[in-house]
Amino acid sequence: MAATTAAPAKGKRRAAGPLFVAPFMVLFLLLFLAPLGYAAYLSLFQERLIGGTAFVGLDNYVKAVQDPQLIHGVGRVALFFVIQVPVMLLLALLFALALDSGLLRLARVIRLGIFVPYAVPSVVAALMWGYLYGPDFGPFAQLSRDLDLPVPRFLSEGWMLGSLANIVTWEFVGYNMIILYAALRTIPTELYEAAAMDGAGAWRIAWSVKLPALKPALMLTLLFSVIGSFQLFNEPNLLMKVAPDVISSSYTANLYAYSLAFTGQQVNYAATVSFLLGLVIVIASYAILLTANRRRTP
Amino acid sequence: MPTSGSFVSPSSMNRRLFLTATGALSLGAALTACGGGDSGGSSSAAKPVSQADIDKAMKTPTELTFWTWVPNIAKEVALFEKKYPAVKIKIVNAGQGTPQYTKLRTALKAGSGAPDMVQIEYQAIPTFTITNSLLDLRPYGASALKNQFVDWTWGQVSGSDGEVWAIPQDTGPMGMLYRKDIFDKHGIDVPGTWDEFAAAARKLHKADPDVYLTNLAANQPAAWHGLQWQAGAKPYITSGKSDIAISVDDAVSRKLGEYWGGLAKEGVIGVEPDFTDGWYAALNKGKYATWLTAAWGPVFLSGSAKATAGKWRAAPLPQWDAAKPSSGNWGGSTTAVIRSTKNPIAAAEFAKFLNSDPASARMFATEQFFFPATKALLTDAEFVGQAPSFYGGQKVNQLFADISSTVNSSFQWPPFLDQAATDWTETVGKSLADKTDTVRALGTWQSRLTTYAKGQGFTVKGS
Repeated sequence: MAATTAAPAKGKRRAAGPLFVAPFMVLFLLLFLAPLGYAAYLSLFQERLIGGTAFVGLDNYVKAVQDPQLIHGVGRVALFFVIQVPVMLLLALLFALALDSGLLRLARVIRLGIFVPYAVPSVVAALMWGYLYGPDFGPFAQLSRDLDLPVPRFLSEGWMLGSLANIVTWEFVGYNMIILYAALRTIPTELYEAAAMDGAGAWRIAWSVKLPALKPALMLTLLFSVIGSFQLFNEPNLLMKVAPDVISSSYTANLYAYSLAFTGQQVNYAATVSFLLGLVIVIASYAILLTANRRRTP
Repeated sequence: MPTSGSFVSPSSMNRRLFLTATGALSLGAALTACGGGDSGGSSSAAKPVSQADIDKAMKTPTELTFWTWVPNIAKEVALFEKKYPAVKIKIVNAGQGTPQYTKLRTALKAGSGAPDMVQIEYQAIPTFTITNSLLDLRPYGASALKNQFVDWTWGQVSGSDGEVWAIPQDTGPMGMLYRKDIFDKHGIDVPGTWDEFAAAARKLHKADPDVYLTNLAANQPAAWHGLQWQAGAKPYITSGKSDIAISVDDAVSRKLGEYWGGLAKEGVIGVEPDFTDGWYAALNKGKYATWLTAAWGPVFLSGSAKATAGKWRAAPLPQWDAAKPSSGNWGGSTTAVIRSTKNPIAAAEFAKFLNSDPASARMFATEQFFFPATKALLTDAEFVGQAPSFYGGQKVNQLFADISSTVNSSFQWPPFLDQAATDWTETVGKSLADKTDTVRALGTWQSRLTTYAKGQGFTVKGS
């Protein structure tokens, strides 16, 4: 009896599957694969102001991998990534653990306070920090002048990457903290009880129970950060206006692609650069996932 | 009909008259002989639209789209709609300057969504004529307006073949705004030449290390081009469609490079980016004793440096040759018609009316405080007689109207201005900010632009 009723239900379920997935597939195709394909197609041509469009095969790619401006841009964001992301994720982790410990007063207010910068559009954030960094009338400059200290040159060549990292960190610590905090809330309380029974203190619990449980969430935030770092655009684009001598149109790879398309009208080359940048991100993300997985299954 | 060539100088002759005078055949022969023909296909220019067609078009119900960033321009547009009730204008603000051009380029490339008429700055006109995107307004009687406008503005909107690509709206002849109180305090006379200006810069900064005579913004290629313009440089000369001579580092420009680069290196002028918070604060707090700016500067400054009201005065730019006063232009814009419009007659009439109708032109000067492009307003007692208290009652408009007549009329812009501007900021601008060799930076600018132009298929003539 049971077998006869189960069979048609299973068949129906099979038919329903693709139907449920269809909306996603349509959007995926339209909003992701199609533009990607179009960019790939564009990158095989060269359009010139005089002489029109010509098929050039992989010439744009050959040019791009030798383009010092692109290489410097990618190198710069890689350096940015190496410095900024660990700092940001460590801060996010500390805040999440502190909130989860339940020892903080006004935990809700603090949580919101740390999260609020994420709600500020990055354009506004960059404008605000641009003002704060100002070498003449910015508050830090004025304060150090009042105290007869040397004025910090936040917008100079040597400091710029750090200044950008500070803005990005400020913006995204709260966001990452919320992800980590949510992951912490899902840890079953029995684990804590068991650890306490074994005589573990708060630090020991954090280290041996909470951190291992956080690993997937940390991996997620790390991946987001890889993508975010390599796509760095808004902040340098806005600080460019206050420090045009430091931030060039090819300061980051993404900014370079934008300048190529909209300043130089080299749409095809911009598509090539974007495509290569996407490739770099995929490789970096994959490398991180691979090393993490290898560690998990020794 | 012959295809278009490049033998009629932009401002000297109306091409239609020229054709009638010489005969189309002989011109065609001349063009073929010189190999100067191109495939632009703009031969329609020679066929004027009859008044009957115009009358008919203006009575047909039509809706036109106009992209502009001018605040409250609906007031001027209302004048047009009152005169031609059948034509409705839809005003769209698609961003100011570059953002608007970017959108326009995208729409043109997509083949839909482009407006009928568009606000466009003088320097951006060649970047749209190179892509054949603007409508030649000659068949619609635009040439007849020539004498109403200041000569150099007409040169700016004319093509190499005498085409009229746009109708001038406002201008920005350059002058110098200065702080009379700071000058008086340090016993500095208003500099009449650049040599005197340099001496004053050194004297002022020595007397008060917190004050600089001026700021030459390291992010402002437009100001630099204006100064090149004043000095008589000819950085870009296009001929035909694909030939361009780039000489941004010619002798005149190198003189400018030595001068400004030298002052920047000495540290007696500021080089901070303009139109930023820091810069506004600096103007309000008296860090700079002058602002080298354009005719739109006086109104702009009185709005953004309110704390200094009454302390400012205006004067012409210092001169390289005091015997032959000249100036350059910075800013100002025009109205152009997009070639893809379905109603070219109504669109062209709109562009003409908006900027040449006396009531409309006056409104731009009184409502938006634009500096006029028409000769009538520049000699209008009501306009030039204004004596704003921000400038201690000085007749600032009169001063800039006088400067306007000294602007060189043959300055040309390249068909890839955005690239030229970006490259300027990253070479010359950077050298000013970093206090490195500006003359060498001019050379880098030259070579970067040359490489770019060649990559875009232009035939580049040496500097």
